[in-house]
Amino acid sequence: MGMTQHAEPAVTTPPAPGPSKVKDGRTSERPLALRLLARPDVGVFLGAVAVWVFFLIAAPPVREGSAMANILYQSSTIGIMALPVALLMIGGEFDLSAGVAVITSALTASMFAFQLTLNVWAGIFVALLVSLAIGFLNGWLVVKTGLPSFLITLGTFLILQGVNLAVTKLVTGNVATDDISNMDGFDQAKKVFANSFEVAGVQIKITIVYWLVFAALATWVLLRTKYGNWIFAVGGNKDSARAVGVPVNFTKISLFMLVGFAAWFVGMHNLFSFNTVQSGEGVGQELIYISAAVIGGCLLTGGAGSAIGPVFGAFMFGMVQQGIVYANWNPDWFKAFLGVMLLGAVMINLWVSRTATRR
Amino acid sequence: MDRSSLSRSRRFAPAVALAAAAALTLAGCSSSSGGKKSEESADGASAGKATTPRMTIALVTHQSPGDTFWDIVRKGAQAAAAKDNVKLVYSADPSAANQANLVQNAIDQKVDGIAITLAKPDALKDVVAKAKKAGIPVVGLNSGVSEWQKLGLMEFFGQDETVAGEALGKRLNEEGAKSAVCVIQEQGNIGLTQRCDGVKKTFTGKLQTLNVNGTDMPSVKSTITAKLSQDKSIDYVVALGAPFALTATQSVTDAGSKAKVATFDLNKDLTGAISKGTIQFAVDQQPYLQGYLAIDSLWLYKNNGNYMGGGEQPVLTGPAFVDKSNVETVAQYAAKGTR
Repeated sequence: MGMTQHAEPAVTTPPAPGPSKVKDGRTSERPLALRLLARPDVGVFLGAVAVWVFFLIAAPPVREGSAMANILYQSSTIGIMALPVALLMIGGEFDLSAGVAVITSALTASMFAFQLTLNVWAGIFVALLVSLAIGFLNGWLVVKTGLPSFLITLGTFLILQGVNLAVTKLVTGNVATDDISNMDGFDQAKKVFANSFEVAGVQIKITIVYWLVFAALATWVLLRTKYGNWIFAVGGNKDSARAVGVPVNFTKISLFMLVGFAAWFVGMHNLFSFNTVQSGEGVGQELIYISAAVIGGCLLTGGAGSAIGPVFGAFMFGMVQQGIVYANWNPDWFKAFLGVMLLGAVMINLWVSRTATRR
Repeated sequence: MDRSSLSRSRRFAPAVALAAAAALTLAGCSSSSGGKKSEESADGASAGKATTPRMTIALVTHQSPGDTFWDIVRKGAQAAAAKDNVKLVYSADPSAANQANLVQNAIDQKVDGIAITLAKPDALKDVVAKAKKAGIPVVGLNSGVSEWQKLGLMEFFGQDETVAGEALGKRLNEEGAKSAVCVIQEQGNIGLTQRCDGVKKTFTGKLQTLNVNGTDMPSVKSTITAKLSQDKSIDYVVALGAPFALTATQSVTDAGSKAKVATFDLNKDLTGAISKGTIQFAVDQQPYLQGYLAIDSLWLYKNNGNYMGGGEQPVLTGPAFVDKSNVETVAQYAAKGTR
């Protein structure tokens, strides 16, 4: 209408504009604020802010820096996995094995180093290869069979769950790994994967830094590189992407391997923070990663989404999960609270983008 | 299109890299401390072998996969089976209906005895009756201390979770605790809830409960940290499993809290933490003993007609306290994964 674009300060915008800058004559008529709101990641940003403000009011301890650091730590371990899971989802695929794959990686590193009495870096390196191989296998099976990735990764999810348990029991005689904290290279690896540093008297976990760096990197790849275009293309329409020369199989397999890489990274964080790993962990985490990506505006059907959205999605998970504790609500209702808050956030997200796109 | 050659080279790359890595690592980066080499070779308890005729016993539990506790129960059962010339058939499922199916499976196999856990007694009532009808003796272990007689089981080996909780609550009073938080790693698990309820009964201070996501350790850590900073008066964290107690000690540090940590159940890392003083004490229900006695009792019944507890009283395996005063004795067995 008669409104002008410069009426809205640009500072509230997340970094990147949409993939297409071409105006079609209709959108140019609409104010910048509405056009921004139409973006899924702006909706989730507002949802995250709403949840944050809510807990600032409901839970006084949240106002302290150390509480925020704790919330961000929880968000970061979800968020690092939610990023590649989101990219994979934009690429039109799905990974149910992501949660247990984290534990597989941690178990591999720990047992390889311990059983052969090697420097822990040897275990870390082997775990990376194993994680990438799992990602490759998932991707390869999906592109070769053409079966839905839901089925393929449901299979690998069950396989990994069983293998985690059976191999650990076979190798260590127990169902948890041995403590590796007194082995060579442990302290060094802990500095890389599980360090923390102090900012203004608040202990910040290093995973928060990695999370934000990875998110910036993923955003750049998605919006500024050819590979990023490929991801959108294979998720949007595989056949037309192939017709215009996009290497569909390469893109899909590499996306699964990217999930493998992140699983390795988080697995190493778990191992070096807690020294031992229980083989039964990780089940159910895949749904949390997927939820964070979906809340962050990634469609379950592929072809749309962003890397910054899942950052807010993961933040929302961390914020709600810890906020409930900071607010000292009855713990019996914990899961129900979590669900209600998340549904609420998604509704805000949806409402915002609907209102914004309605003409 | 060169898609196939692309994917083929990618398929072999990891294998080649793995082989290279193995050669590289084995060649020159051994760890000078820790690792398998430093671990003493440890044999399980062994007491010779009975010459009685071979018999088959089924042990059917509600274990969920990958739980350190149940692994110890199973090791106890295996030790007794090896000694008694028993073929042990182990199966488990956390779902009560599936556990009942597994018991039916054992009946169909015509085993000589069945040992079961009664996490959800009602679901197992029918199948226990069928076993009795088929003339198979059934004993209970671990959970169901108030139900085993109603179901007509011969004997029971375990601890009363509520009684164990009460014992821990009394100990907290002795330690001078004023405010404690009971950390539940699996929302809705009856045994865990009973433990916290038991603590609440005897503890004279304030007791709160806290639910954490037990399958995600970073989440467990932040949630306990959050609780400790939300309520700074908390001076004791009560964990319901050894791995969670170890994580709780990190939360205490993160939150800058002065709270002490106590727990139910043991593992080998936990005995180390008790001797270092980072964890004050553990309530041990001796899972190895539960598995061992369940199998041994069925052997005794078959070969000598004995009833432990006279068929009237449960045989209690806990609560036994492990603290700095006795941890050294227990630690050597925990290192083998049998305590």
